[in-house]
Amino acid sequence: MSTILFLEQTLNGVQFGLMLFLLAAGLTLVFGIMDMINLAHGSLYMVGAYFMASFVQATGSFWLGLPLALGATALVGAALEMTLLRRLYGRDHLTQVLATFAIILIANEAVRIAWGSQPIMLNAPPSLTGPVTLPGGLHYASYRLLIIGVGAAVALALYFLVAKTRVGMLVRAGASNREMAIAMGVNIRRLFTIVFALGAALCALAGAMLGPILAVQVGMGENILILAFVVIVIGGIGSIRGALVGSLLVGIVDTSGRAFLPLVFSAFLPPQLASAAGPAIASVLIYLLMAVVLYFRPQGLFPARG
Amino acid sequence: MKRAVAVFALLALFPLVMQSMDGLFYVSLASRILIYAIAATSLNLVLGYGGMVSFGHAAFFGAGAFVVGILSVEGVRSAWIAWPAAIAVAALAALVIGAMSLRTRGVYFIMITLAFAQMIYYIFVSLKTYGGDDGLSMPGRSTVGMDVNLRDELTWYYLVLALLALVLYGLKRLVHSRFGRVIDAIRENEARAEAIGFPVYRYKLLCFVISGAVAGLAGALIANQSNYVSPSLLHWIQSGTLMIMVILGGVGTLWGGLIGATVLLALEHLIADYRIGWVASLAPNYQDHAGLAIGIVLLTIVMLAPEGIAGLFRRRHA
Repeated sequence: MSTILFLEQTLNGVQFGLMLFLLAAGLTLVFGIMDMINLAHGSLYMVGAYFMASFVQATGSFWLGLPLALGATALVGAALEMTLLRRLYGRDHLTQVLATFAIILIANEAVRIAWGSQPIMLNAPPSLTGPVTLPGGLHYASYRLLIIGVGAAVALALYFLVAKTRVGMLVRAGASNREMAIAMGVNIRRLFTIVFALGAALCALAGAMLGPILAVQVGMGENILILAFVVIVIGGIGSIRGALVGSLLVGIVDTSGRAFLPLVFSAFLPPQLASAAGPAIASVLIYLLMAVVLYFRPQGLFPARG
Repeated sequence: MKRAVAVFALLALFPLVMQSMDGLFYVSLASRILIYAIAATSLNLVLGYGGMVSFGHAAFFGAGAFVVGILSVEGVRSAWIAWPAAIAVAALAALVIGAMSLRTRGVYFIMITLAFAQMIYYIFVSLKTYGGDDGLSMPGRSTVGMDVNLRDELTWYYLVLALLALVLYGLKRLVHSRFGRVIDAIRENEARAEAIGFPVYRYKLLCFVISGAVAGLAGALIANQSNYVSPSLLHWIQSGTLMIMVILGGVGTLWGGLIGATVLLALEHLIADYRIGWVASLAPNYQDHAGLAIGIVLLTIVMLAPEGIAGLFRRRHA
């Protein structure tokens, strides 16, 4: 197991983790402030990726398409919040699950009608298709480095927004005690539309950035949604910091587990058993991680409610 | 009681009517619906009566299916061995998962049951010997001996119907028993039930295991229904679908599971099989997009009938 391989897998893990963070950040705020289970969050990720594919094709430029896709998805998110989700806040979790599950079905079919059932190709910007050589002699895809850069920048910006600005203060107040925040005169309804639109834009960013690596297809939001839920449960519902730590943890554990567990297993198991057990245990690893965290810290690593 | 007799009389007559109309396909569809009704009813026991929102019920459903599938590939085709094995494995899985999950509450319980179900999903996906991603084809339906042939669609339907009747009867007896009253009390006020002196954790765990066992039975049946076991039976979307059936039919009602499974699955097939003229004139390809219509129907129900379909028929308590 060479250092270079280790470094590469760690970078891959960080890259995946930061993209997960983009999804988890919006989800954890929605969950934390409004106590709302939104299964349709993954649909916004899918819609964002499709918008990106269309806008990139229409404008012929990755960098022109990106802000358009973000803006369009934010509009879809705000519209969804104002027409439907707003009516669900006071209802119990089961109703929210039913309603947002219905939205997943509708979104999947709407995308199928608009873009067809075939996966869509989305290309990385042409200047970023080749590898770059990092210090230490590691050749690493430049587009993946870009993802890491964008993810880290957004994480920083989000931290600044939540920790240092007035809107962020209101968001934190809403997450730690919604009734008290309302009593103190915070316009939670408007705040929440803003948070939801921002969450949708972050989803679109994740979908747009991951589009060239993964396939843009119907149902792409469903698996990553569950990972995002795992992240926010590990991190503590309502906490942005928890979402960041949780995402990186899940990203690195998942990626390195898939890369290294088969190697580790083959060291002391017969090859046939190792090749079967390695991938199985690797894909289970993050759920195991979540179960362990919940067992010792039932409120997650960074509980938002005091 | 009268209602139960009427419902089951209708369900018993259904295949005879269909047979006279040459509609055996609908008998097979009905068997499928009844199997899902068993699975949804088992979820309704923990979710509706026990107040435990399990988002991982597909784990027990799928585990039951895989036990039957794997045994049949390995040459054990007798239902007398395979089905109890499916029930036992599902109950064991529910015991282990429940023992750990029931230490958490609320949203965390939802998420941890989901996490365990996903673990089981990925374990079966990586079992390349038994199909992995592609699923597992069975050589044929389970055998029961005594000159009964389960390959016959009518026989199969009546067997499933009888098992559903058994499950519903058992559920009714269970919720009216002392055990059921305690579960009721725990759902209403856990702290008080604990203070009175009931071992709350053990009651909830037993409820969870019973539910898992019944879901395992439904899994054994669904494997036989299509002679094929897919890992998608274990996917979280499946858990979600079962939950939708329960919420749709009515949480914590005896008939909720049956109503929900019937409405959801029948709706799916109605949209695909019957072309409605005025809708088609507006949107010619609408039948390819059944999910859209189902989604809209579900949303409408959420907004208009908060207590599910069963809630519409219940008399309002003044």
